[in-house]
Amino acid sequence: MVTKGQELSRTTTIKNELGLHARSAAGIAEIAANGAANIWLMKGDHKADASSIVDILTLACEKGTKIRIVIEDPADTDILNALVDLVDSGFGE
Amino acid sequence: MRQPVGEIKLKGINASPGICIGRAYLVDREGVDIVEKYYIEKKKLQKEIKRFKTAVKKAQDDIRLVIENSPKELQRARILETHVALLTDKMLYGKTIETIEKEGVNAEWALKQVVANLKSLFLSMADSYLKERASDIVHVSDSIMRNLVGAETENIADIDKRVILVASDLSPADTSQINLEKIMGFITDHGGKASHTGIVAQALEIPAVVGLEHATSRIKSENLIIVDGNTGTVIVNPSEKSLVEYEERKILYEDYRAVITRESHLRAETTDGMQLEVMGNIELPEEVVSVKNYGGDGIGLYRTEFQYMNRAIFPGEEELFKKYKDVVEVIAPMPVTIRTLDINGDKAVASRYSHDEANPALGLRSIRYCLKNPDVFITQLRAILRAAAFGNVRILFPMISAYFEICEARKLLDQAAESLAKEGLPYSRDIDIGIMIEVPSAVILADFLAEKVDFFSIGTNDLIQYALAIDRGNRQVAHLYQPLDPAVIRLIKHVADVAKDKGIKVYMCGEMAAKAHHIPLLLGLGMDELSMNPQSIPNIKRVIRSLSLGDARSFLQEVLKKRTARGVFGLVREAYGDILADKAYS
Repeated sequence: MVTKGQELSRTTTIKNELGLHARSAAGIAEIAANGAANIWLMKGDHKADASSIVDILTLACEKGTKIRIVIEDPADTDILNALVDLVDSGFGE
Repeated sequence: MRQPVGEIKLKGINASPGICIGRAYLVDREGVDIVEKYYIEKKKLQKEIKRFKTAVKKAQDDIRLVIENSPKELQRARILETHVALLTDKMLYGKTIETIEKEGVNAEWALKQVVANLKSLFLSMADSYLKERASDIVHVSDSIMRNLVGAETENIADIDKRVILVASDLSPADTSQINLEKIMGFITDHGGKASHTGIVAQALEIPAVVGLEHATSRIKSENLIIVDGNTGTVIVNPSEKSLVEYEERKILYEDYRAVITRESHLRAETTDGMQLEVMGNIELPEEVVSVKNYGGDGIGLYRTEFQYMNRAIFPGEEELFKKYKDVVEVIAPMPVTIRTLDINGDKAVASRYSHDEANPALGLRSIRYCLKNPDVFITQLRAILRAAAFGNVRILFPMISAYFEICEARKLLDQAAESLAKEGLPYSRDIDIGIMIEVPSAVILADFLAEKVDFFSIGTNDLIQYALAIDRGNRQVAHLYQPLDPAVIRLIKHVADVAKDKGIKVYMCGEMAAKAHHIPLLLGLGMDELSMNPQSIPNIKRVIRSLSLGDARSFLQEVLKKRTARGVFGLVREAYGDILADKAYS
């Protein structure tokens, strides 16, 4: 069970050849912008706002990078799942 | 003699000849526009934020318009949509609004600070792909900045006296904003001989010295300076003695230039009445002016790659059409030979990802790339056909190495024409079609290829490289790159003979055509037209006027007997040594 204020996250790996580039970051940001609360991408200790293309790019995620997607509000669980699916699909490339 | 206090001599690279003396006008390190900083009253802050939001909105609308006007092609539209999203990205949009509020400064200044921070963040990254992302951010922020600055703000376009522009570096985007008539000369910290600044300066026939390193820190606006673009010297706060000296040099140089200009407009006709067209190669629309000034008979090669390089997205049809139309109209009724995209995958824009190729010279480039990406190709073909309605256009397909390639290229050209006809846009399909002969297989198949085209244009740089298997960039073997190699001469002869036999024209647009000592040979081989960098035109015309076609033909017969490049060169020196000796014009 997840209660409000508690972080919920899923970990996945970047699969597309080019890594998280501008267009794939835009795909993430577009979905994350609908979140009820903040949604974060974590690469190790580095954290980026998932609704900002620029911030995502600063994580410099190449193919094979493990990332953790973190939501702060359980209402955003669907968004979390959608984001993982998007990453797993290799952004349809 | 002791130099008076204040005179500083700086040494750089001479990028455009000429001498000028005038006042310095320093432009911002980041580019041409100087972003002013001023404070906003607290109660007016919301209004300032609204001004920023309006500028962003307009930038988004502009991009959406481009998306709508682009051919329906997924990838491209998605890249543009990324830009739309980037415009309102928190790190850019949110941070700028935050900076306006917190620091109480104008929107331009806030945006500039935010972008500078983001830029340094990306540029500090090791990954070259991410480094390039800084340019996406700069690109979108420039569009906001342009909307913010609008017409009210003081800007470089408003300079009302003639000045010498001093800048860190100038990009094509920068120079397109300057009222160039107000510029007497250019000085930049960065750049080399072939830099954009040099090209623009040459086109305007004003001096430029580049690569000075510390010019922007040593020179202040309003300083009196001398720019000697012949030697690459800049003198800041010159002494009376220097001023007198350079005034004299300036007059001498202008006299010399006048002689060249007068002669360069004479026809390139041999002593026995054979007329050759001597054309210019250009890369930027600005260079058309150079071609005209140097007496060119048209544009023999318009390289179109530049607009595709170093930018976030490929240019759209409208943008290309406008550039081509400019060139076509300025040079009309003389012809413009537009070469279609000759990019090599990796040099292409950042948004077109290409896989690393072990051997790019033999890889997916040029016509191969275009046939594989018909959407990109058709966009360009449509732009060319539309521009053709405004003057005399020829189209040139590069790197053809097989018969099917010219067939497919022609098919796409027809498709482009049909789509324009359907949409009712003005265009002309009545244009000469040609191919570059730069791959040995095209030489061997010249008779078949000739059936499909109106002209051949021999690109010697690549032809020599491919035929002799020499990489000019490789110092170990560069000395073996010999335009006068008997193998090269036979290849060119074959192409020229086939062209004559099939009744089509044969041109040459490689560097080989720009060298005086190659001209007797090229004349003997029967070239109809030579195209070269604009600066070489006057000299080549002069050389042609001193030769006879009859002699050149007999000379060719002797050349064909030689077994080595050295042997050919010896023959040239023996028969035409006087041409080589006259360095005054080269």
